[in-house]
Amino acid sequence: MSLNKEVEVLRDVPLFSKIDHTKLKLLAFTSENLIHQDGQFLFREGETGDAAYIVLKGKVAVFIRTEKGPVEVAQLKRGDVVGEISILCDVPRTASVKAVESVQTLKVTKDTFIHLLTEFPEIAIEIMRVLASRLNKTNIQLREALTD
Amino acid sequence: MEKTLFKFIWRYSKRDQIILLILTVISFPFLYLSLDLPKTIINKAIGGKDVPEEIFGITIDQIDYLLILSGAFLALVFVNGGFKFYVNVFRGQLGERMLRRLRYSLLARVLRFPLPQFKKVSQGEVIQMVNSEVEPLGGFVGDSIALPAFQGGTLLTILIFMFIQDWMLGLAAIALYPIQGYIIPKLQWHVNQLGKKRVRNVRVLAEKIGEAVSGIEEVHANDGARRILARFTERLGVIYDIRYEIFRRKFFIKFLNNFIAQITPFFFYSIGGYLVIKGDLTFGALVAILAAYKDLSAPWKELLTYYQRLADSCIKYDQVIEQFDPQGIWPENYQMAEIEADFNLAGNVSAGNLSILDEESQPIVEKLSFDISKSEHIALTGPSSSGKDLATILMARLLAPDSGQILIAGKQIADLPEAATGRYMGYIGPNAFVFNATLKENILLGVMHRPISTGGELNEDLKNAQLSGNSLDDLGAEWLDYNAMGVDSDEGLQKRLIELLQVVDLDGDVYSMGLRSALNGSDDDQLLEQILTARKKFRERLDKSDVSNFVESFEKEVFNSNASVAENLLFGTPKGDSFSAENIGTHAYVLEILERVGLKDEFIRIGRDVASTMVELFADLPSDHEYFSQYSFISSENLPEFQTLLARSERLGLENMSTEDRNQFLSLPFKIIPARHRLDLITDDIQKRILAARKLFAEEIGDELRDEIEFFEAGYYNRSSSIQDNILFGKIALDKANAIDEVDHLITEIIDQENLRPVIINAGLDSQAGLAGSRLSQGQRQKLSIARALLRRPDHLILNEATSSLDSGSQAIVMSNLLSEMKGRNITWALQRASLAENFDRVLVLSGGQVVEDGSFQDLVKKEDSVINDLLREE
Repeated sequence: MSLNKEVEVLRDVPLFSKIDHTKLKLLAFTSENLIHQDGQFLFREGETGDAAYIVLKGKVAVFIRTEKGPVEVAQLKRGDVVGEISILCDVPRTASVKAVESVQTLKVTKDTFIHLLTEFPEIAIEIMRVLASRLNKTNIQLREALTD
Repeated sequence: MEKTLFKFIWRYSKRDQIILLILTVISFPFLYLSLDLPKTIINKAIGGKDVPEEIFGITIDQIDYLLILSGAFLALVFVNGGFKFYVNVFRGQLGERMLRRLRYSLLARVLRFPLPQFKKVSQGEVIQMVNSEVEPLGGFVGDSIALPAFQGGTLLTILIFMFIQDWMLGLAAIALYPIQGYIIPKLQWHVNQLGKKRVRNVRVLAEKIGEAVSGIEEVHANDGARRILARFTERLGVIYDIRYEIFRRKFFIKFLNNFIAQITPFFFYSIGGYLVIKGDLTFGALVAILAAYKDLSAPWKELLTYYQRLADSCIKYDQVIEQFDPQGIWPENYQMAEIEADFNLAGNVSAGNLSILDEESQPIVEKLSFDISKSEHIALTGPSSSGKDLATILMARLLAPDSGQILIAGKQIADLPEAATGRYMGYIGPNAFVFNATLKENILLGVMHRPISTGGELNEDLKNAQLSGNSLDDLGAEWLDYNAMGVDSDEGLQKRLIELLQVVDLDGDVYSMGLRSALNGSDDDQLLEQILTARKKFRERLDKSDVSNFVESFEKEVFNSNASVAENLLFGTPKGDSFSAENIGTHAYVLEILERVGLKDEFIRIGRDVASTMVELFADLPSDHEYFSQYSFISSENLPEFQTLLARSERLGLENMSTEDRNQFLSLPFKIIPARHRLDLITDDIQKRILAARKLFAEEIGDELRDEIEFFEAGYYNRSSSIQDNILFGKIALDKANAIDEVDHLITEIIDQENLRPVIINAGLDSQAGLAGSRLSQGQRQKLSIARALLRRPDHLILNEATSSLDSGSQAIVMSNLLSEMKGRNITWALQRASLAENFDRVLVLSGGQVVEDGSFQDLVKKEDSVINDLLREE
């Protein structure tokens, strides 16, 4: 996939909606474009994380470990971001992510990501919004689980 | 060291100085004759008075006489010139020899400085003194006795000649000497004082420069450059003032001398002329005197210069010598004395009442006593200024205690030469130093104490060294002490080195270095063949796996999208600079090839597009942003230039730009790696043409360029590439997740299967450690130093926080390996953390320079209020 096509995908990512074209191109240029084969793990729960991934093509599945074995909690597709939590707060990966078909991603290293955040506080706010809504969703799920 | 320069000169060059003096004396009669002859020629041969009728029984006329005398004059010119030449060469050699001796003895003394001295003199000062300050002394030594004798003698000869001609004129010639003799030394004294001051200030400058270089990280990290520059400016200013003052005074002295010298002819013209007119002096004599006077000024000047140099040299000598004669300098036999063949230090250690005072004479170690049995593993621990580090330094005899003594195997270590302490003990400190040599050479230093094969004739170089009192050890002889290592062959040594690397947990790192290094010096064809087999096996293994596309192999007819355009075109490894990444875009042959396959204009267009992308991406970034070095094709300094070029191409159109402008774009496409940069500029058509260029490039390369590149050939080992690249013979796919780890894993598998690991570790051992070991991490340097000490199987291994820079995992491995490696022999280890003491036989806890607790770790921690428990709690 060429740089320009990657930028088109990035423009559709809500997180980056307010960033101009040139900066997205710089983000793409300074990141690796990777192909993951079907079934290959992008990363596993508990590993230390040094990069986030933006899905450019294909689908990935997110798993978390439970007592009964791994449970799939979400599927992500083109334009979704995974792995940002552990590079933001230096915790081990909180979930495993696996390619469910041949997947193409943009691997954004921690340094690049931090550079992006410091230069565009809008992205930081957007990330907060996404994380907060995820937290909210988790709370609702927790409440449902408790009332069951 | 001799206290004065003349004592030094006399002691070491008596014989040569006397020879010089004799030569000088012999030359005087000839000099006198060469002065006297012109007078005879003018008065007798030309004037026609007293022409002898025959010489040696042969009758001659006036013309013959003139020719004979002129011939004699010519012969004298030769003889005098010959003397001068011979004496100069002799003197020069003597000077160089003495300079060599002086430098060597200074360096030898540096090696005998007691360690605290190095807190007082800096590296910069020592270098300054040994390299530059003593340099002029060499020239002076050759001149010291012969020059005043020669010039003084010359002066005297000329004066005698003048007095014989006419005592009044002789008197006139020297009339002003007393005045000069009185004034000049007075003026010179001031210059000397300034000279001393200059020497001191230049030393300080040298020290400051050394400091700035060593502390460069701190300078940058604290934004201290301007302050440092201001300090340099101040220092340079002081030196400038002094030098200017010296300059001014020196030239004043010169002016005075010249002035006085030119007044003298006044006397000749007036008095001499008067005498000639009166008939008391012949015209010939006056001419001869005038000629002699012209000759007189040269030696007189030389003598005055000599006087200045004498003063200068004596100051320099005194100032240097006092720096090299510190209190407590170690005796010479510490380094030079040998030991008996059956010597060893395998025995108990007993230290009694050791004390060390600091610079204010306050004790930092007081009455320290301990006993260690010869096979015990001892941990020393304690708070940071407890003296545990000093205890190890004392035990290794790197520092002499102010009082007290240490006995090892019943021997006073204070009396032992380093041949004993440095061969039967091993000491590793926290600042493990690694020299600028290969890793292997660094480790082998541990068993290179003296040349093993001695005896036999000294070679020419060593004979010269002997004449200068230098070391007579032949650097080219065998220095490796195989007995000490316990091996008897090179193979044994290789094996032992690999074992040691495992002990210090460095084998993995050295293996990686080996993979990345090239075997360019190797002539072991069998080895290269083995690596080629590994290349084949690797590809087979890869093809069988489901990751076969993780490596894109080099194929002659196929474009490799994971390699740069430059690599694709060259299809080989550049050996020199001609085709290096920086130069390929401007190399005439490369451009010619591009032109011929019709790529030149395309490259200019692609280069323009690359430039425009780079400007778009990077123009807003601050010029020192790390992205420039990591990602940009164009450096931040060149970016504005390309902005201008792009604007021009916009305005004029690419084809209307000047050739020079167009060529600026030409070098950019070479850097493109299509799979990484994803710029979509290297289309299928361009790839095809690059392949055509590749073919043409190889076919038409001339003989003079053939040595600049080593082409990729499937069946051949490429000596210019690393071992890893030779096994890969291709590029790791940049767009496949995990490719690097997966490929590394496969390579290791193949290497182990083919038993290549020892070979690769050997190659790694041949890689350079860099200046002060800068290519290694501090932890790696510590490990290397431990291996260096272990190699000679010491009776006592002394470690002073020697693994402090290792990560805790590696530290645990190294510690446990060392404890088992040294089973049955003593380890004494000053630890940076008390908890590490657990695995030792016995723990000595130090505090305030004394042993406060002594016992096994388990027993000591049982006591609630023990110091070791405090230390453990603090961790």
